[in-house]
Amino acid sequence: MSEFDVAVIGGGPAGTHASLAAASTGLSVALFDDDPSAGGQFDRALRCELASSKVSTFFAHSVWAVTGAYRIDAVGPQGPVHCTSRALIVASGTTERVVPFEGWTTPGVIGLAAARILLNSQGLLPGRSTLVAGCGPLLAAVAAKTLENGGKVEAIADLAGTADWVRTLPAMAARPDLLLQALKWWRTIRRAGTPRYGRHSVVRVEPASEYLRATLAPCDASGLPLNAHRTTVLADCIVVGHGFTPATEITRLLRAEHRYSRGAGGWIAVADQDGRTSRTLLYVAGDAAGIVGAAASATCAMLTGLACAFDLGAADPSRLKRRMESLRGAQRRAVRYGHAMAALMAPSAAHADSIPPGTIVCRCEDVTRAEIDAACDAGAHDMNQLKAWTRCGMGPCQGRTCGDIAGELLMRRVGAPSREAVGYFSARMPLRPVTIEALTGDFNYDDIPIPQAAPL
Amino acid sequence: MRMRIHDSNHSGEEVPLFLDDRPLTARAGENVAAALFASGVKALRSSPRLRQARGMFCLMGSCQECLVMIDGRRALACQTLATAGLHIETIPPTSANV
Repeated sequence: MSEFDVAVIGGGPAGTHASLAAASTGLSVALFDDDPSAGGQFDRALRCELASSKVSTFFAHSVWAVTGAYRIDAVGPQGPVHCTSRALIVASGTTERVVPFEGWTTPGVIGLAAARILLNSQGLLPGRSTLVAGCGPLLAAVAAKTLENGGKVEAIADLAGTADWVRTLPAMAARPDLLLQALKWWRTIRRAGTPRYGRHSVVRVEPASEYLRATLAPCDASGLPLNAHRTTVLADCIVVGHGFTPATEITRLLRAEHRYSRGAGGWIAVADQDGRTSRTLLYVAGDAAGIVGAAASATCAMLTGLACAFDLGAADPSRLKRRMESLRGAQRRAVRYGHAMAALMAPSAAHADSIPPGTIVCRCEDVTRAEIDAACDAGAHDMNQLKAWTRCGMGPCQGRTCGDIAGELLMRRVGAPSREAVGYFSARMPLRPVTIEALTGDFNYDDIPIPQAAPL
Repeated sequence: MRMRIHDSNHSGEEVPLFLDDRPLTARAGENVAAALFASGVKALRSSPRLRQARGMFCLMGSCQECLVMIDGRRALACQTLATAGLHIETIPPTSANV
């Protein structure tokens, strides 16, 4: 078993920056990620910096277990690996939220984040023709990138109206570089003549010969469709996303204290500004700590890596403190911008009211809204009761896709004052599905020692 | 219209794959889910209870909708790099009454 000072789970911008910061103080660091390489699609320079650092990287490794003593178990291309660490930094990023609508499980309907991955790292257009729907800055990013690469965007359906975007301008001014980027995207979209439907949501998707037919409806500020003129759009890919929820399986599993924050995207581990949670030597970094976006994630995660080094008693603490203080200004600016973007994507509690009774909420177990409502009416007033009664959240994704929506539905049906009142799905190991074969590896039956038979 | 973007990240080298013994072509660097999606293969599995068609959704290893058999082993298509000669099979619906 390998031993490290720090284990970092998640190799996006946050996990990579936290790893580099911790390693720069002389600590031994192990970095785990499902993906084959670091930094997602964000930063090639960062990837080079990581490659030339002392961080031990475990890419293409799926972490399936984390214990209270910070033992990490993962499965990689060469089979199972495990290590222990003194401290653990969770930078597991987010899960995209898609508020279900009729037909959202139809093949060809994908997440906004999925479309961005297709465009940025797979070199693919999402479709021959695409409808981009939902909310937040990714709408423009995905539509513009599709157009720039010769694709066709039939329409953009934005839950936010123009006034909602204008309200974010003061905060966006904190990051003129990112504001300029956003303006470029919108210029590309306007030049292509792509219609943008503000305050509209997708209410239905159905197959129509080789295309998908999407029905758009005007909606109110919370995303509830209004009984007004419907618009239909034909496209072969429907891209939809309603913001992101922090991925908190690991901090929930380790019983850190959590709170629900609508502005931060959902449940988050209670943490200080450097990511220290309520559990000793357990840290959260990046969007997993609350949605702030890639730019703020990087700065905050550097601080988390340094704070972790400080807490572990790394050499020259006064120098560490100075390094941390020098990052505070950048942290404040980046976080301000990140919070404004997160606000555009923050879920409105009433949005879940738009889900029709027959629509599937839990994709893994095919649980509909009507079944969730029925369980609630029959007395399931806590998320784990709901899970036990309906199987909602019990499937292979462990409730990552449906958990946030099921929580909204339950809270509203029960008439609970807050999401805290209905709780969250307990996180369980294995964190990701893992086959027994992957854990045992190749073996010869003859090599398995047979214990002595018990005396009769 | 072609789905593939000409950019500096992709050499354009073609990678032969098989889906249920049907030959398909991926481009080097793509994952299996993206390669199938670009080839027009949208439905990858059938849901456990209602037996509805499902396909690639999150593309980041979270939603589990792109679970297929790759060279005889269960794997998420979106987490598997397309390499020459991979045999991909869709997983038949279970007979379990759930």
